[in-house]
Amino acid sequence: MSRRLDVDVAIIGGGLVGSSAALALRGMGMSVALLDKGFCGAQASGVNYGGVRRQGRPLEQLPLSQRAHAIWPRLQALIGIDGEFLRSGHLKLARDEADMAALEAYAEVVAGQGLGLELIGHNGLRERFGWVGGDVVGASFCAGDGHANPRLVSTGFASAARRAGVHVLENTPVKGVTRNGAGFALEAGDDLSLSARFVINSAGAWADSFAAAFGESVPLARIYPSMVVTEPLEAIMTANIGMEGGGIYARQVERGNCVVGGERALPLDDPDFSRPRGEGALAIMNRAAELFPGLRHAHAIRFWSGTEGAIPDHNPVIGLSLTTPGLIHAFGFTGAGFQIAPGVGEVLAELVRDGRSTTPIDAFTIGRFAPVPISTRTDRGSGAGEASEPQHPRETRS
Amino acid sequence: MTAPAQPLIVGAGPAGVRAAETLVKAGLRPLVVDEAPASGGQIYRQRLVADERSSTALYGSEASKAETLHRDFAALAGRLDYWPQALLWNLRDGKADVAVAGTSRKIAYDGLILATGATDRILPMPGWTLPGVFTLGGAQIALKAQGCAIGSRVVFLGSGPLLYLVAWQYLKAGVDVAAVLDTAPFNAKFNLLRGLTLEPAVILRGMRMTAELRLRGVALHYGVEDVRVEGDRRVEAIMWRQGSRSRTLSCDGIGYGLALRSETQLADLAGCRFRFDQRDRAWLPESDAGGRGSVPGVYLAGDGAAIAGADAAELAGERAGLALLEDRGLAHAPERAVAIERALSRIGRFRNVLESAFPFPAHWAKDIADETPVCRCEEISAGEVRRAVGNFEISELNRLKAVSRIGMGRCQGRICGSVAAEILAGETGRGIDAVGRLRSQAPVKPIPLALTMAATGGAEAAE
Ligand SMILES: Cc1cc2nc3c(=O)[nH]c(=O)nc-3n(C[C@H](O)[C@H](O)[C@H](O)COP(=O)(O)OP(=O)(O)OC[C@H]3O[C@@H](n4cnc5c(N)ncnc54)[C@H](O)[C@@H]3O)c2cc1C
Ligand SMILES: Cc1cc2nc3c(=O)[nH]c(=O)nc-3n(C[C@H](O)[C@H](O)[C@H](O)COP(=O)(O)OP(=O)(O)OC[C@H]3O[C@@H](n4cnc5c(N)ncnc54)[C@H](O)[C@@H]3O)c2cc1C
Repeated sequence: MSRRLDVDVAIIGGGLVGSSAALALRGMGMSVALLDKGFCGAQASGVNYGGVRRQGRPLEQLPLSQRAHAIWPRLQALIGIDGEFLRSGHLKLARDEADMAALEAYAEVVAGQGLGLELIGHNGLRERFGWVGGDVVGASFCAGDGHANPRLVSTGFASAARRAGVHVLENTPVKGVTRNGAGFALEAGDDLSLSARFVINSAGAWADSFAAAFGESVPLARIYPSMVVTEPLEAIMTANIGMEGGGIYARQVERGNCVVGGERALPLDDPDFSRPRGEGALAIMNRAAELFPGLRHAHAIRFWSGTEGAIPDHNPVIGLSLTTPGLIHAFGFTGAGFQIAPGVGEVLAELVRDGRSTTPIDAFTIGRFAPVPISTRTDRGSGAGEASEPQHPRETRS
Repeated sequence: MTAPAQPLIVGAGPAGVRAAETLVKAGLRPLVVDEAPASGGQIYRQRLVADERSSTALYGSEASKAETLHRDFAALAGRLDYWPQALLWNLRDGKADVAVAGTSRKIAYDGLILATGATDRILPMPGWTLPGVFTLGGAQIALKAQGCAIGSRVVFLGSGPLLYLVAWQYLKAGVDVAAVLDTAPFNAKFNLLRGLTLEPAVILRGMRMTAELRLRGVALHYGVEDVRVEGDRRVEAIMWRQGSRSRTLSCDGIGYGLALRSETQLADLAGCRFRFDQRDRAWLPESDAGGRGSVPGVYLAGDGAAIAGADAAELAGERAGLALLEDRGLAHAPERAVAIERALSRIGRFRNVLESAFPFPAHWAKDIADETPVCRCEEISAGEVRRAVGNFEISELNRLKAVSRIGMGRCQGRICGSVAAEILAGETGRGIDAVGRLRSQAPVKPIPLALTMAATGGAEAAE
């Protein structure tokens, strides 16, 4: 027996992007189906490091990031839980003078965006963040940034969407989408036929196939950041830590566990799943033990990884399809989508309702991948999607 | 990497030792790793420091089997590589990460025999986290390895043959055993009569132990329900209900266990397919009669493959060794293999008998009081787990882990995982086999952050 469902908006992918869009759209009174091939929030959105960070993002992401920044402290009202969001500040460390110069240059570029960055020298660092050891010459501090529990936040948005009346359909992979008169016809799961006026493609690392189906090709690769967590420890780290140039990022959750990342994992036979490499995880652990004297005698209790869609220029695709009216894309967050996702959800809802966003998103147009002569293409990326990693991979997330 | 790839055996218990012996006899040189300081595994665990106790005092009726196993393993010295106190913490892409002597070594292997054994299975009850409550296995280890008892007046509680065995061992060691509380009704024990034709010696030994316990004045209670441990800062008493009667007994130590559960994380990390086993109420790695897992070159033997006891573990270890030899095109004693399989299937039938005589009280899970802690690593109560199931409309175990943290702590769900599954099944009104299985992650046990990677791998590097 086949089931039928008729909605205003069908959303492919119940990660944080899809479920926050679903919630926002319900708030506007629209009927919404949120479809996920597995469980909502079980992919990147639910397994990421949990960094809620604006610092370090490229200038063009900051308006969107600021919009999301305003949402994070309101989670309790919005989804019924605070998601363990902690405004701890984000401290980005410099290993040497060149790193410090890069932090200074960044602070200059983003001045006036509302980040309130504070540059801290070696002595200030020792005084205020004495638990940071290792060879660190200085840092840049963003007091308004922090961290949260991705497992709760992502599941929480999907649950809130369900309570608000969204049709949340889990274990229901979308198998085909076609343009059908004024809207779309979707085939999903074993027996579900859906019709929708709008389709949001928020299928994360799997989104490129849906874009390609409508003639839009995106150089989407997959990355698998490695995560390590320690046993619960006494309170040591007071801020979310990042490193200029990458290599390590770390935070301590309220329960006491320290979460540390900084290497890349490898996919399993089923490339939708991945697991850290032993030597990669050990490298992160050793770096953490060196950088944080308080962790020197700690034990790691678990590793994990997740599947993230990455685009060479480090920016996501967000916006209207250029080939198909009613189709909207939002994917390819390249290791940094957790913080901005709640803002992206609101923007997507505006795109459905108004056809445009009140927050600038032009830089994220899918049109930027239109075939152009190689020589004229600008590339600010450092190759997050590439398989081989430098010694200290330049990570954009933390 | 200069080391030639050796077969790798994880576990030097009955299964691992017999697997190693089989390979050595065929001219192979396996590497055996075990995190314990000496061979023997759980049942034939050796004492840490030599003392005046005889092996009969240590292993009781199983003393000669223990001595034989230890001696046979010692005789293999020089023809295999053996790393005690070596934790295999990760498997990936046909290589193993082993922490030994403060560093981690990457081991390439050609054939992997997982003989990882089992640990106690429990269900939480009020007061189970009070100091003085031990698992049955833990109570036995204290006695065997350290020569000390868990209390001066001890109660044993639970289900399974180990319940009576450990109680009897304590009695023999001169400890005051206040009572044995069996969660199964007395009439379940009549099922044991069906076992007489299969394993008469085992049944008679069990009967002798029970008789001796009774004779020496140990109270045996059956059909025990609603158990709670009382005490301020440590165990002071145990309370339970039998039919309509409530009872209390003062004690300062409790040994508790509801049979065993297989250690399967390495099989999971190796990529083996799992199936749900009704008898063990657990997901177990699939294997054929020779112990071959679903991944070529990975073999499973002993209690880590399915709970079957020590004799079966020895046989299964040998059988897995033969399977490895056969798969390599070496001489592999097919008649012996058939005989072993026949013996194992008889033990399997005997296991069915034991299961009906010592059933797992699965219905307890549904009644665990909300305030009872179910995950001691992460300090999560039954009520918190139930609320997480309700609030997030959870239907699958890994999702439950994600939103409640159950199974995320030091034990990685080895202790609380089956409890979480029982509660989830109860809350969602579905079978325990329909709520999924916790995915394993490395490291299978905690490892130090400062653990460094050794420059070279291979067995010779450790010598
Ligand atoms: C290990 C790790 C660490 C990270 N750390 C951080 C961090 O600290 N800070 C930060 O800001 N960002 C971080 N990120 C990035 C961040 O998690 C992602 O950018 C963000 O979660 C992306 O959200 P999403 O909704 O686009 O993707 P996802 O959460 O992956 O959601 C996509 C969903 O689409 C579903 N789907 C796919 N195909 C189909 C189909 N055919 N039908 C139906 N559904 C389908 C998938 O099942 C999935 O649930 C990290 C990512 C990883 C993996
Ligand atoms: C605490 C305890 C006490 C028991 N006492 C009895 C008893 O008295 N009588 C009885 O009949 N049965 C007893 N049993 C059941 C008993 O386990 C089996 O009958 C028998 O020991 C199974 O043998 P095995 O070789 O399969 O596993 P085991 O004997 O358990 O041996 C497994 C070995 O693998 C090692 N190992 C596991 N994982 C790793 C890893 N990742 N890295 C390195 N090494 C690893 C362990 O250290 C262990 O030595 C007991 C079980 C337990 C848990």
